[in-house]
Amino acid sequence: MIEFFTTTNLGIFLLTVGQVLLLVIPLLVALAFLMYADRKIWAAVQLRRGPNVVGTFGLLQSFADFLKYIVKEVVFPAGADKAVYLLAPMVSLVMALIAWAVIPFNDGWVLSDINVAILYVFAVSSLEVYGVIMGGWASNSKYPFLGSLRSAAQMISYEVSLGLIIIGIIISTGSMNFGDIVAAQDGAYGIFSWYWLPHFPMLFLFFISALAETNRPPFDLPEAESELVAGYQVEYSSTPFLLFMIGELVAVVLMCALVSLLFFGGWLSPIPGLPDGILWMILKMGAAFFMFSMVKALVPRYRYDQLMRIGWKVFLPMSLVWVVLVAFLAKFELFGGAYARWAIGG
Amino acid sequence: MSMVALAFYLFALSAITGGLFTVVSRNPVHSVLWLILAFLSSAGLFVLLGAEFVAMLLIIVYVGAVAVLFLFVVMMLDIDFAELKAGMAQYMPLALLIGVILLMQFGMAIGVWQVSDVAEAQRAAVAPEGVQNTAALGLIIYDQYFLLFQLAGLILLVAMIGAIVLTMRHRRDVKRQNVLHQMWRDPKDAMELKDVKPGQGV
Repeated sequence: MIEFFTTTNLGIFLLTVGQVLLLVIPLLVALAFLMYADRKIWAAVQLRRGPNVVGTFGLLQSFADFLKYIVKEVVFPAGADKAVYLLAPMVSLVMALIAWAVIPFNDGWVLSDINVAILYVFAVSSLEVYGVIMGGWASNSKYPFLGSLRSAAQMISYEVSLGLIIIGIIISTGSMNFGDIVAAQDGAYGIFSWYWLPHFPMLFLFFISALAETNRPPFDLPEAESELVAGYQVEYSSTPFLLFMIGELVAVVLMCALVSLLFFGGWLSPIPGLPDGILWMILKMGAAFFMFSMVKALVPRYRYDQLMRIGWKVFLPMSLVWVVLVAFLAKFELFGGAYARWAIGG
Repeated sequence: MSMVALAFYLFALSAITGGLFTVVSRNPVHSVLWLILAFLSSAGLFVLLGAEFVAMLLIIVYVGAVAVLFLFVVMMLDIDFAELKAGMAQYMPLALLIGVILLMQFGMAIGVWQVSDVAEAQRAAVAPEGVQNTAALGLIIYDQYFLLFQLAGLILLVAMIGAIVLTMRHRRDVKRQNVLHQMWRDPKDAMELKDVKPGQGV
């Protein structure tokens, strides 16, 4: 039986499909509750009740929404480019999902353990912009088009600083594999060996860039409802709209996973004595998601020129200087080798 | 057929399809989308060759940045393609002639190509034993060909400065915002509180 799954082509294929389903189905189910949590937190900040009708405490609200979306009619705007119009939400969702292939949840619990994992995530997240651009263009309407143009400029701008922040971490670790990055944070000082301390300023830059990269408030300018109605989503209805929404949320949860892997030691236990494990990874992702939700509820939307100014004139120079600084600190192994984990066998 | 061979034929087919439709598409936006498919497929081919770092760079640089800018420009341009294609019949013979000459040159070049016995082996062993190909690439670029790498960077810098100089113009008739000035404004200097009696106004 084991031989069938490890040697024959069909067996390997079936095994891979099984592993993918094992990752994607829990992810999508968790997503339904994260959507609910997002709305509940938002409501709590504004002293509202939030969804509380469907199921106990409104827990099944997301499933009700899901059913409502998929039974509606798909409306095509007049003059829309039908193929691209339908392709856009699919690209948006698929690109958000395939990035999870390299995200480990525990030591060795990863679909594809490749040695350029972090670059892969970066490449895939740079492809996510196409869903938005294609959707806005194919709708053949003014507001979606404006939204997609904004999104293209915004995502490219923030990818640059995101990439430079990641380079700082790669220099410290000497590897682009997530397993190695987490292993490098497993030091003698427990919670203080994690990268949030040595790379402290970059934690904030990464978090804010991640907000901008995933079009979350306060940087949700592509879909700003007060100026562009809903940006690139205006003409979408039913399942295509649902795909856009899920894709966006999956990208947000991916950013939460990246924050916990790159800065908070992934599955490492923060309390000495307790074992490491997948539970810590999930808790850290949940904490990061809570921060994402709080920002949405607390911060007003930026103006477009402010967004561009922060990206190019503040974040880019800061992260560039940081890369040079980290390279210097790592090369000469200062601060007890805190920046050169590859040198001390991390 | 093994999985690798299957993946190769899949990527090769989609790369060729992408390239073909980039040329023959009537809509320029569709052309760019097909071009992206071609880029992605060639990245897949790089992965099959064991050059995963180059593959990821291809996606990040070409698909993530260059093609987005293409799409940006093509979506904004208002080109009348019927007008552009009007002169097609007139230039066709010249275009065909150039095409045939180029094809013949390629044929002649490949016809006299002599493959050395060690070439195959050299191509197969890209990275030294025990070194990831990202690290191997880094060793070559930053140690062996350091000056050439710096030179390439300088050339890019010159091009960048040129582009900035060409497009920069100072307009004096627009109001500019000084963000720091805005942030350092003191409420005390900017506003005044008055106690307004009902029915009297300020």
